[in-house]
Order: sequence, then structure tokens, then C-alpha cells
Amino acid sequence: MPEWWTYSLSDFLMFSPRTYYRQIELYNLAIWPAQLVGAGIGAAILAIVCRPTALRGRIVAGLLAGCWLWIAWAFHFERYAQISTGAPWFAAAFAVQALLLVGLGVVAGGVELRSARSPGGAIAIVLVMLAIVAYPFLAPLTGRAWTTAESFGVAPDPTAIATAATLALVKGRIRWVFLAIPLAWCLVSAATLGPLDAPEVWAVLVAMALVLWVATRKS
Amino acid sequence: MIERPARRRALRFLATAGVSVALPSAGYAQSPALSTRPIPSTGERIPAVGLGTWITFNVGNDTVARDACAEVMRNFVAAGGRMIDTSPMYGSSQDVIGYGLRKGGLAERVFSADKVWVSSGARGREQIEQSRRKWQVDRLDLVQVHNLLGWQEHLPTLFAMKAAGQIRYVGITTSEGRRNRDIEALMRDRPIDFVQITYNPVDREVEERILPLARDRGIAVIVNRPFREGELTRSLAGRPLPAWAAEIDCTTWAQLILKFIVSHPAVTCAIPATSKVAHVRENMAAASGRMPDAALRKRVIAVVEH
Repeated sequence: MPEWWTYSLSDFLMFSPRTYYRQIELYNLAIWPAQLVGAGIGAAILAIVCRPTALRGRIVAGLLAGCWLWIAWAFHFERYAQISTGAPWFAAAFAVQALLLVGLGVVAGGVELRSARSPGGAIAIVLVMLAIVAYPFLAPLTGRAWTTAESFGVAPDPTAIATAATLALVKGRIRWVFLAIPLAWCLVSAATLGPLDAPEVWAVLVAMALVLWVATRKS
Repeated sequence: MIERPARRRALRFLATAGVSVALPSAGYAQSPALSTRPIPSTGERIPAVGLGTWITFNVGNDTVARDACAEVMRNFVAAGGRMIDTSPMYGSSQDVIGYGLRKGGLAERVFSADKVWVSSGARGREQIEQSRRKWQVDRLDLVQVHNLLGWQEHLPTLFAMKAAGQIRYVGITTSEGRRNRDIEALMRDRPIDFVQITYNPVDREVEERILPLARDRGIAVIVNRPFREGELTRSLAGRPLPAWAAEIDCTTWAQLILKFIVSHPAVTCAIPATSKVAHVRENMAAASGRMPDAALRKRVIAVVEH
């Protein structure tokens, strides 16, 4: 890109805040009550992560994979692509994350989670909880309608945060393979929310920093 | 009627700028006479204020928002507006324009300005045809090379399409002063009809070379980002409009800025983008009435930059 230094993030913003949240609203209305299913999956993941069981890594990876695949198709490809030329690429990245979770997590059993009592474990659990329970409340708290709330399992931001926080507890270097796309999405989302002047950008950035802190703790 | 000095100055300035006025199309005679400018390569006249669609028309399949855009287009045409500008880069904007044209039966009244935005020259024609279908018009009036992307391959294609009657005009675009040297070189060397640049009371770099060159070479000038994507009007919103704005029939800051832009003798059409009917009416009013002379233009710069 010639004279790339003359561009700012806002130069790449293709839509207004009104259009962005309207797309989320229309998506929410179209998929209702899938949000409740997403919340149920989130609660299940939280319970499984807190209680050590033999198959918990595989189950968590499978549940997360389902959420990422759904968002790839229903949100990015079907909805967000209407206003964002980057959305088909985001859909592909979310689908790749789902494949990684299935291949390396469910099939190969690569999701071996550290204890919630390990260094940073409590922070990861609180982050997952906030992403599932508190994130939807950001809409009314920032003056938007409930219909524009973003919830775990169906909306990309809370799903990426909860996924990254959960997978930050994976033992071994493989966790960075699992974390790459969720953290990259957090960056992309922050680059969108920032120019939109959306306060949620701080939630995404703080969550991302905390995930990185947890992921770099020695198990 | 006693002609006030400001009015005399404005009329003299407009006369030297080759500006004339015209009534909007039949059926809209109640609208004030719009200032029109000739496209130098043909003499065809177009109103000095058009309609941009960057961000504002990218609303996806949202029927409510599409209807709002269609209403903006209907009011734009009702006020005598003609040029609507878009690009394949603007997400769903082309589809939304097509929707608005069909809904309002406006296709015959607008001047369609689109762009080719693909690095591969081989895919240029295909993209232009896709754009035409989205507009749902028989042919696009103007196709511009967006931000000079792949201009080496696209310009020969566009000139060939113009010669074959598949488009009417050829142009190039840039924004915010980028690649002005390349723009200048192409303006000197290629028989383009239009150049699209950024110009407003704050961004005036083009006054030095691009605008004088456009006059010398007989190239029509489209001005994008007249309000710096709303930044200018937002920053001025809390300040009272100077009393002398009334001398050039301005009641808002947006009109003052637009009149500053379109009163430059080299400018053909400014294309403010909006998704609000009230704003489109306000913008179109800037294409009528008295225009600022050189002295008033300096005052606009001073007050906006202050």
C-alpha cells in the first residue's frame, strides 16, 4: 500500500456504529433463542473447567469448536459479510479455529488443562465467567438496546475472550496454537471497536492482556 | 432592487468561474435554482453538489436502513441533485444505490459515478459489469480508478470502454492528498475526464498544483471528504455561524464549507456523504444562492481554521 503511514485505523472502517450494532441486532433477532443455548454451553464449560474430570479437555474443545463454527457461518459469513469485506476471511479464520479444536483438542486430546488453582488459574476462570455472564450487559450499560447484546457462543468477542481465557490454561506450548486465532481476533475487534468509539474496546484489550499474562505463567 | 456589494462580488466571481444556474428537472420547479458546472470534455452540466456513499450507504440487507437511504436519494434527486458516487470498496453501497434507484424510479435522473477497485487489470471489466448490475442501469456514466490501484492496466480498459460507448467518462481518484504526484502526472499525460480529490477549507494542498492543472487541462474535479468525514462539522457545531455567512445564503456550517469548495473555479462537484434527509436538503441548498468571492473564501478559511 503506497504511503501506508498516512492511513489510520478509521480509514479502514467501512460502516457507522449505527450500522454495526444494527447488524448485531438483526442477527440476535434472527437466531433467537440460540443465545440461550450459547449461555448453556458457556455454563457447561465453566463447570467442566472447575471440576477436574478425565475427558474435560476433549469436552471443552468440542463445545468451543461448535461455537466457533457457528459464528464463522452464522455471524461472519451470513451477517457481517454484508457490511465488511474482511468478514469472509474472518469466517475462514473462525472455521480454522474450530478445526484446530476438533483435530488437536477432541481427536488428539491436546487440551490438557491446568488446575484452576494453578498460577493465573483464578484469573482465567473469572475472565471466562465475565465473558459469559457480564459481557451481554455491556450493551445496556453503554446505552444500547438489549437487542444489541453480544453473548457467548453466538457473538465473536465474548466467545473469543472466554475461549482464550480457557485455553490459556492448556499445558505445554500447544496452547499458543490454540490461542493464536482468538487473540488475533481480539486485536481485529479492538481495531474495529476503537474507531467506532465503542467502550467495549477496553473490555477486549484488558481481557487480551490478562489472557497473555495467564498464558505466560509457569504451570 | 439594490444589489449589495457582496452579491455583485459573488456574481462577478461566478461569471469568471464559468458557473451558471439551472432549475432542477421538471416537477421540482419549487426548488431553488441549482448552480451547475460544465464537464470540460463535453460541456454537459451537472449540479455542483452530489451525493457520496462512503460508510453511509453500507447498511447491508437491513430493509429499514435501505429504505432510509432510498429516501435520501429521492430527496437528493427531488432537490435537483444528479451525481451519486460509490465504489466496489464501499461494501453494500452499490446494492443499496440500486435498491434506491429502483424504488424511486430514479435511474434516468442520476449521474452514476463508480470506480474500479481491483489490483488485477484482467478483472477490471468484470468488476465494472458487476457494479453496473448492482446499480441496475444500462451503463455507468463515469468509472474512476479507485486510489490509482492498478491504473496502468485499468486506464486502457476504461478508455476502450468509453470509445465503445460502454461508459461515458473516465476518471482517477485519490483522497487526503495521497499520491498527488502520480495524480498530477496522469492528469498531464492521459486524456481523463475527471479527477477526484480531497479539498475543504482545511485540506487545501490541491490548490497549489492539482486544481490549476485541472483547469489548464480541462479536467472535471470531484471533491470527496468535504467535511473530513464529519470531523469538520462536528468541531464547528458549538460555534455560532458568522454573521457574514448570510451574505452568501448560508444558514449552517456545512453549507459554508460546501460553498467554499464549489466556489473554486476548478471544482465541478462536491460529494458529501450522508444518511439523513435533513442533511441532504441542507447540502443541496449549498448548490444554490450566492457564492463566496475570493475575499469571503479567505474568511471561510480563517474562521474554520481558528
